[in-house]
Amino acid sequence: MAISMKLESSLYLPKLAEVIKVEPLAEKEKLFRLRLRDGNRLDHTPGQFVEVSVLGIGEAPISMSSSPTRDESFELGIRVVGNVTRALHRLQPGDTVGIRGPFGNGFPVSELEGRDLLFVAGGIGLCPLRSMIRYAIDKREQFGRIILMYGCREPAEQLFRGELVEWRQRQDIEILESVDRCPLDAAWEGSVGVITTLFPQLNIDRHRTTALVVGPPIMYRYVVAECLKKGIGKDQILLSLERRMKCGMGFCGHCQINNVYVCLDGPVFRYEELTKLKETEV
Amino acid sequence: MPIVTTLKADFYSSVQNMIHENEVYGVKRKTPSFAFDKLCATQELCLDYDITVLPPNQYLLPPTDPLITFNLSPEVSIRSKVESRATIILGIHAYDLHAIKLLDAVFTGNLVDVNYQARRSATAIIGVDCLNPWLYSFAASMGTALPPSIFDLWLTDLGGEYLIEVGSSRGQDLSKRYLKTKSARKVQIRQRDKFRQDSLNRYQLSLDRSAQEIPEILDKAWKNPLWEELGEKCFSCGSCTMVCPTCVCFDVRDKITLNLKRGERYRLGDSCMFDAFDKVASGENFRPTGTDRLRHRLYRKGKYMLERWGELGCVGCGRCVHACLVDIASPVYAYNRLVKEATQWPSA
Repeated sequence: MAISMKLESSLYLPKLAEVIKVEPLAEKEKLFRLRLRDGNRLDHTPGQFVEVSVLGIGEAPISMSSSPTRDESFELGIRVVGNVTRALHRLQPGDTVGIRGPFGNGFPVSELEGRDLLFVAGGIGLCPLRSMIRYAIDKREQFGRIILMYGCREPAEQLFRGELVEWRQRQDIEILESVDRCPLDAAWEGSVGVITTLFPQLNIDRHRTTALVVGPPIMYRYVVAECLKKGIGKDQILLSLERRMKCGMGFCGHCQINNVYVCLDGPVFRYEELTKLKETEV
Repeated sequence: MPIVTTLKADFYSSVQNMIHENEVYGVKRKTPSFAFDKLCATQELCLDYDITVLPPNQYLLPPTDPLITFNLSPEVSIRSKVESRATIILGIHAYDLHAIKLLDAVFTGNLVDVNYQARRSATAIIGVDCLNPWLYSFAASMGTALPPSIFDLWLTDLGGEYLIEVGSSRGQDLSKRYLKTKSARKVQIRQRDKFRQDSLNRYQLSLDRSAQEIPEILDKAWKNPLWEELGEKCFSCGSCTMVCPTCVCFDVRDKITLNLKRGERYRLGDSCMFDAFDKVASGENFRPTGTDRLRHRLYRKGKYMLERWGELGCVGCGRCVHACLVDIASPVYAYNRLVKEATQWPSA
């Protein structure tokens, strides 16, 4: 029986990318700079994610850490947590990985123009937020205030320390930092306490401010409560959710929250949208 | 499209020729039930059956399905892998074809999954009316007891002959090539309609409301104690999803040769009833209990799939009702209980 058909190209086929640079960020985190072998740009929106393959080991969803405003290379900040990330951490410049994507919606950049941006990063949450922070810095005149609230467990867990030094020196970025606990021998000038302890010293114009929040799930409920207390609208609190996206295209079912697919409809959600989902109810 | 008839004896000898020239998967006896399997001889075919252990999904979404192959040495390269062979599925029932209609919407909608699409377009579907429904089936009340118009040929057993509705040009070709047919007479078509109508009345299980009302029933049921009552008995074994014709979730894995030079990435069926399905790398599990997972499954079947893909995720085949080891998986039981309790538990 003759079957004629025209096949579209496979959405599961990664593009090859070369590791250009590997930089340690902290004990368990490294920053990878990559470039697609075909020379093309990834053309992502800050807040989107890619599926990164170590061929033979597997694929994992990783948020973009870099801004599309820079050159054609892109960066991923990756913590060692499982098989794929362990294999990624063994890679050296010159090695090859597979990349699919970018996937998801990312931050609504054009809507954020003219707004005051309050970034709230918990631990590794700074990696996805950095894509938007750098975007805002590169197009500084398009945005209002840039405030970064960054909380870690300990000073040694702070990521992007070199960049933080730069950002602290700038007059047009305000940075508030905290650590949950500070060992006696650590040098630390920020606050000690969970990230929410930074909110009392925060002065914002609630009408102009959009909060961009990324951190561990437990952090969201407390940070959202603080944002609401500051008068930020439910539709101006943006959260990026972590789920186990296997395919990135709404097929595999792993990232489903009620009827929402984090890989297609997220990973960035307005708090207002999440209040309508039963499974994210507090 | 024409409606024809063929004598049963002629039909079975046609099937022999079909098997000779094609890869044909048909229904065979697998005591005490039935199963789809590759046909080697026409005598193996059993078209008067009530249910197969598994739906014929395995021919569209195999349990393990290669997606890409790669070489790591001497130089890294990746290629997509799309496998498909011209195939005939023979003897599918209407509820399973409704499930395939949903699969089509999932995998060939906005984004096209080529691995599914390639197999699907190479698969001819010859279905048959289920005139003696299974004890556990409730297809009639799900509106899935009669076939959607995506078949190539559709048979109805009229006793000494089959009435055959041709549904596509591929069906027309199959009919011309293999079948000895005569045009159906009006009385035969009326007879089919009567047989179908009678079969609808033979279903033992049914919904107390119309299937269209299920999403609305579920809208008010999120906090109903029923989920806990059922969920605390759940083994999270995945039996209900294993036999389900609309379960499509999968995991993706890599395998690599011993010399580390070549490998393959493949998907394999996964289940939202498994404990680790919603677990992320940090260790957080977003559906940690059997109750969370059972509720998710019944919402996916009764609401989410309809909202996203336009078809209810339950076709009423009843396989999960039977497969569940502790009798908690039944969608018809759950939805009916929610209707009954709607008055006792207002908009929880």
